[in-house]
Amino acid sequence: MIEVDNISKQFGDKKVLEDVSCVFEQGKINLIIGGSGQGKTVLMKCVVGLFEVDKGRVLYDGRNFSEMSFGERKPIRQEIGMLFQGGALFDSLTVEQNVTFPLSMFTNMSVAEKRDRANFCLQRVNLENVNKLLPSAISGGMKKRVAIARAIAMNPKYLFCDEPNSGLDPKTSILIDELIKEITEEYNITTIINTHDMNTVMSIGEKIIFIYKGKKYWEGSNNDIMQSQNKELNDFVFASRWMKAVKQHF
Amino acid sequence: MVNLGIGSLWLVALTSAFMGAVITIQSAYNLVNPMVPLWAVGIVARDSIIIEFSPTIIMLVLAGKVGSNIASEIGTMRVTEQIDALEIMGINSSGYLVLPKIIAAIIICPVVVIVSMIIGITGGWIAGDLSGVVPSADYLKGLQNQFLPFNVTFAMIKTVVFAFIITSVPAYHGYYTNGGALEVGQSSTKGVVNSSILILIFDYILTQLILA
Ligand SMILES: Nc1ncnc2c1ncn2[C@@H]1O[C@H](COP(=O)(O)OP(=O)(O)OP(=O)(O)O)[C@@H](O)[C@H]1O
Ligand SMILES: [Mg+2]
Repeated sequence: MIEVDNISKQFGDKKVLEDVSCVFEQGKINLIIGGSGQGKTVLMKCVVGLFEVDKGRVLYDGRNFSEMSFGERKPIRQEIGMLFQGGALFDSLTVEQNVTFPLSMFTNMSVAEKRDRANFCLQRVNLENVNKLLPSAISGGMKKRVAIARAIAMNPKYLFCDEPNSGLDPKTSILIDELIKEITEEYNITTIINTHDMNTVMSIGEKIIFIYKGKKYWEGSNNDIMQSQNKELNDFVFASRWMKAVKQHF
Repeated sequence: MVNLGIGSLWLVALTSAFMGAVITIQSAYNLVNPMVPLWAVGIVARDSIIIEFSPTIIMLVLAGKVGSNIASEIGTMRVTEQIDALEIMGINSSGYLVLPKIIAAIIICPVVVIVSMIIGITGGWIAGDLSGVVPSADYLKGLQNQFLPFNVTFAMIKTVVFAFIITSVPAYHGYYTNGGALEVGQSSTKGVVNSSILILIFDYILTQLILA
C-alpha cells in the first residue's frame, strides 16, 4: 500500500499539483485518470521520487519515502518497477540485456540464471525469439511489453505504468491491460496506472483517482463512475458521443 | 569511447599528416635568414606539433566528434526517459553514464595524441622531402636536436585536461536536456561549442602556468 499525503509540486510559479492525497492499494489496479497536461505524470513521478515534492509525504507501506536520502531509498527503489510512457528501453542493449539489466545491477545471479529469468519474464508478456534484437528493431507494442518484462524482472512490490497503452491499437491495448491485471493479482502487487483510455478505466479500474488541474476531484471505482455527478469528471469521461450513449443505457 | 577513439583515428591521421606538412613548408618558407640553418625547420616543426598542434588541434577535432556524440547520446537518454529508468532503479545515473566516458577519454586521448604527433612529424618529413623544400637529412638532424622530453609531458598534461573537458561538458549539456529531439540537437551544439571554447581558454591558462 502506498499513501500519498497532501503533496504539492510546482515548477517555477506554475502549480502543477496541489494538496493531493490518496491511497494506492495492494493487489489492486489503482488508476490515475485525467486529461492531457493535468498532472498525472508529475503525480506519478513525485510518488516514485523522480521529482521531489515541495510539500507533503509519500509512504511505502508505512516507510516515509519523502524524508529518505538517495541511499536510504535504494531498498525501496528495488521494489519498484516502472513502465514509462515511451518504454524507455536502453537502446544500446538487446531486449534480453534490457530485461537482465536490473538483475545484473542488484543481484548476484549467474549468467544462466539471469537468462532464465529474462526468458520467463519475456514469456510472461508473450514475447519469444526477440532476445537478441535491439529495441530499434521491434514494434511499439513489443517495446511496451519488453518494458513490462524489465519492470517485473526484480519481482516488484510496486508497479507504476505511465500510459501503458498510448499509441497502441485497441486489441494490443486490451492485451497489455489484461497482462498488467494478471501480474498484479498473481504477485499481489500495488499497481498504479496513469491513463486517459476509457476502455482501461471501465475494464480494469478497481480504484480510480481523477486529477483535474493538479487537484484530486474525485475517487471511486469503475462502477461508481457512471453514477457520478461530478461535473469535471463527467466532462472528461463522457467527452465522446459514444460514452454519452453508454451512460444513457446505464 | 574506445570505439570513438578508434573510429576517429582516420580523421586524426589525416588532420595530423596535413598539419605536419603545412607546418614544415611554412616554417621553411619563413626561415629565409641565412644565419639560421635549414635543419632548424625540423626543430620548429617537431616542437610546434608536440606542444601545440597535436594536443590542441586534435582535441578540438575530437571535441566536435566525441562531444556531439556524447551530448546527443545522453540527451536522447534524457528525453526518452532512459535516465529516469536508471534513477528509478536506484542507480546514480550521472555517475553511471558519465564517469566511464571521462575515464575512457583520459586513457584513450593521450594515445591518440601521441599517434598524431608521430604522424604529424612524419607528414612534415615527407612533405619537406617531396617538395624539396627541406631535404630529409636536414629535417632528421633537426628532429634530434635540442629535444626536451618535458614538452611531451606538458602535451600530455594538456591532453588529459582537454579529454576531461570534451567529455564532461557535452555530458553536462546532454544530461540537462529538457524537451525533445530539437533540444537534443541544441544540447549537442552547445556541448561542442562550449568545450571548444574551454579548450582554448585552458590552453592559454596551462601554457601560462607551466611554461611562463
Ligand atoms: N519538468 C517540468 N518542468 C516544468 N513544467 C512541467 C514539467 N513537467 C511537467 N510540467 C507541467 O506540468 C503539467 C502537467 O504535466 P503532466 O506531464 O503531469 O501531464 P499529464 O497529465 O501526464 O498529461 P499527458 O496525459 O498528456 O501525459 C503540464 O502543464 C506540464 O507543462
Ligand atoms: Mg503524462
